Amino acid sequence: MINETLVELSRWQFAITALFHFLFVPLTIGMTWILFIMEAVYVMTGRVIYRDMTKFWGKLFAINFAIGVATGLTMEFEFGTNWSYYSHYVGDVFGAPLAIEGLMAFFLESTFVGMFLLGWDRLSKRQHLAATFLMALGTNLSAMWILVANGWMQNPIGSEFNYATMRMEMVSFSELVFNPVAQVKFIHTVAAGYVAGAMFVMSISSYYLLKGRDVAFAKRSFSVASGFGLAAIFCVLLLGDESGYEVGEVQRVKLAAIEAEFHTEPAPAAFTLVGLPNEETMETDYAVKIPYALGLIATRSLDGQVTGISDLKKEHEVRIRGGMIAYDYLQKLRGGEETPENIASFNEVKDDLGYGLLLKRYTNDVINATEEQIQMAVEDSIPPVAPIFWAFRIMVGSGIVMLGLFILAFYFNARRQIQDKRWLLKAILFALPLPWIAIETGWFVAEVGRQPWAISEILPTFMATSNHEASSVAMTMIAFILVYIVMFILEMWLMVKFAKQGPSSLHTGRYHFEQEEQEASPQLRQDKY
Amino acid sequence: MFDYESLKLIWWLIIGILLIGFAVTDGMDMGVGSLLPFVAKDDTERRVVINTIAAHWDGNQVWLITAGASLFAAWPMVYGTAFSGFYFAMMLTLFCLFLRPLGFDYRSKIDSPKWRYNWDKALFVGSIVPPLVFGIAFGNLLQGIPFNFDELMRVYTTGSFFALFNPFALLSGVVSVSMILMHGGTWLSMRTDEHVAARSAKAAQVFAAVLVVSFALAGVMIATTIDGYVIQSAIDTQAYAQPTNKVVTIVSGAWLNNFNSMPILWLLPITGFVMAIVAGLLARFKPGGLAFTASALSIAGVILTMGVSMFPFIMPSSSTPNHSLTIWDAVSSEGTLNLMLIVVAIFLPLILCYTIWCYSKMWRTVTRSEIEENTHSSY
Repeated sequence: MINETLVELSRWQFAITALFHFLFVPLTIGMTWILFIMEAVYVMTGRVIYRDMTKFWGKLFAINFAIGVATGLTMEFEFGTNWSYYSHYVGDVFGAPLAIEGLMAFFLESTFVGMFLLGWDRLSKRQHLAATFLMALGTNLSAMWILVANGWMQNPIGSEFNYATMRMEMVSFSELVFNPVAQVKFIHTVAAGYVAGAMFVMSISSYYLLKGRDVAFAKRSFSVASGFGLAAIFCVLLLGDESGYEVGEVQRVKLAAIEAEFHTEPAPAAFTLVGLPNEETMETDYAVKIPYALGLIATRSLDGQVTGISDLKKEHEVRIRGGMIAYDYLQKLRGGEETPENIASFNEVKDDLGYGLLLKRYTNDVINATEEQIQMAVEDSIPPVAPIFWAFRIMVGSGIVMLGLFILAFYFNARRQIQDKRWLLKAILFALPLPWIAIETGWFVAEVGRQPWAISEILPTFMATSNHEASSVAMTMIAFILVYIVMFILEMWLMVKFAKQGPSSLHTGRYHFEQEEQEASPQLRQDKY
Repeated sequence: MFDYESLKLIWWLIIGILLIGFAVTDGMDMGVGSLLPFVAKDDTERRVVINTIAAHWDGNQVWLITAGASLFAAWPMVYGTAFSGFYFAMMLTLFCLFLRPLGFDYRSKIDSPKWRYNWDKALFVGSIVPPLVFGIAFGNLLQGIPFNFDELMRVYTTGSFFALFNPFALLSGVVSVSMILMHGGTWLSMRTDEHVAARSAKAAQVFAAVLVVSFALAGVMIATTIDGYVIQSAIDTQAYAQPTNKVVTIVSGAWLNNFNSMPILWLLPITGFVMAIVAGLLARFKPGGLAFTASALSIAGVILTMGVSMFPFIMPSSSTPNHSLTIWDAVSSEGTLNLMLIVVAIFLPLILCYTIWCYSKMWRTVTRSEIEENTHSSY
């Protein structure tokens, strides 16, 4: 039987470490291209201010990057330490994109980040720009491979269950890579990272503009970020990964949860703008609805239906009963009765095996599960509706506010009036947390919406853990929380310190806090370029 | 292209190469970090030491990440069993590994002696604990880990954290740490000058000697008190990965069988010894490239010695020997091994090329004056 405490703790630990890691990664993803753009302008025009911009924002980038690297190590370890059955069950498929990520992307990113930060005096201009580009490329490729892996968890195609080895095995690498869910996820997630990078640069530049210091530096940084960010936020919103919810059973369930669509509505369904989803009555109270919108958004058509939760449950019940038969044959096959008939019968129902495993939460005797146990498993087959409903709305709401800000920022920047729009600069400064709110709630929708599965329809989350004492995981989880808090404080302290100091921290003698010093000893501070 | 049997064998070699790559590159950084408090006496000297690896530590660390991810992809059962079986040891390593990225990047950002002193301690801990734990873990691997699988292939590990610290495992920890310190010492004596170089060369000599002695002792224990594992049943090397279908017995001295049946393999431990001695002897001489190369070869010799002595075992089970994980039955499917081989064949040479380019671009003797002149742009 399942140790529920262990499962809960393992899930919490993974969620905490993943969400924490994901505070830093999007900024890295977005900043790499912003740095590349700035440096490219420097190389093309030779204007030193753009090199200073690259160096200064690169300094902040490095502070963020270090903690991203550190917390990323956890993710690499954690599948093995805390999800060993997961590692066994899907390592054949899931491990490959992770290893490719290391070989193709991490090496590139990490090798050239050193060149980017410390190679200024040792590389030619063009070599250094190439290093910056390769760093950005590596970062984005790494996002791609991790999302190929995650896309497979949401929509596990290109693989098949092998009863002899008792695990999923890869049958088509190209299906894995060109998984439509992975593709939309990649675009959506990296674009969200670009938004985070752009907002970061824009907000801090707004701070300098509001303070009226290093204006030339801040305005140029603001320009780069507002243009880049506007393009990125359009990408995020228009190519939102909702388009990926058509494919894959669990994506359909997730969509129903996002919309709190308890009962299938005739097409095209209305979109529930806000409301209070009530999972007991299976109704959304006080719902404010926009007619036709959901059908249009989710199915991109007027006649496509969005299946409601009650109908999904009926489908799942059939699959669970199929899964009981599959489990029966699996036991026969693994027990040595490898007759051609048994193999053929198993192959007919093996797609339902995962649903059968849902019963493992309630009984080890899956084949003889009671009606009551089956009903409990059916209830489990739907993720919690209200948190997903709300998380999604917070994400989209943040996105729409940011869209407004980026449009205004871009417009006034293009008209060269941005410095006078103090209200907008203030709004942008205080909007700094928005990308992170959207990103973290987006992660929540994607991963909680996948429940009860670790791998959609294949492996229930509660089966995927390692066999630890719950107390062991509790101990490490507390350690993670404490250590991460300390790391976060250190990082934020350095970040705020250097952001406040601004480009003066480069000690070139050209910026705000060094003006007096420079007058005192100009020969010492003269730039050698 | 290759049949399943060959792929299994090739992947054993690739994992070995990745481990050696990790020890030679990231291990070098760990050696440097561990020697930091001892070879550098003031802040400028410490920055000299750190700046020999400042541009490279992150790329080097990817060897560790890639070795881990490759275990996941190629030997998923080993990855799951080892990482969950050594739970607290792995977590300890992980928490120590956090200290390096932060230490390297944050240390010199603040001009406060206390801040820097604390980060120096953090870098020391973050550099010396991982090789120590890895050494202890490998020492336990050689003795077998208590684990078994149930009928759904769920692994149950029953060992305790404190049981890991047995004499042979601690000796392995000493082998591992001295290897890393010797390596870091040869690197520093090559890339620094004056006092730092002299102290580093001395450290390289001392730890080369420790390595030779501890490695020899470990060999004696393998031949006498540490039991090996032998597969008694016929094994179908082309078969699906099913690690529970064989008969394994524990046999005294069996870890030497491979060397006895293929005497040429004795060259591996001999390389480990001879190259450590060479590294120690050459450490004092400039240019230090020879000592460093010898040290890298010695590391490769030690790691390969261990791999070969256990072959074909990866993780023997001491509680249920029949469930031991071997290179024939703990691996991924043929398709995945094939795919990953192609990926490695394309990207590993590429990685080596650009890594070498980066090292050559950053190559110089790091001096006190360099640090003093670039106080705001170096680490």
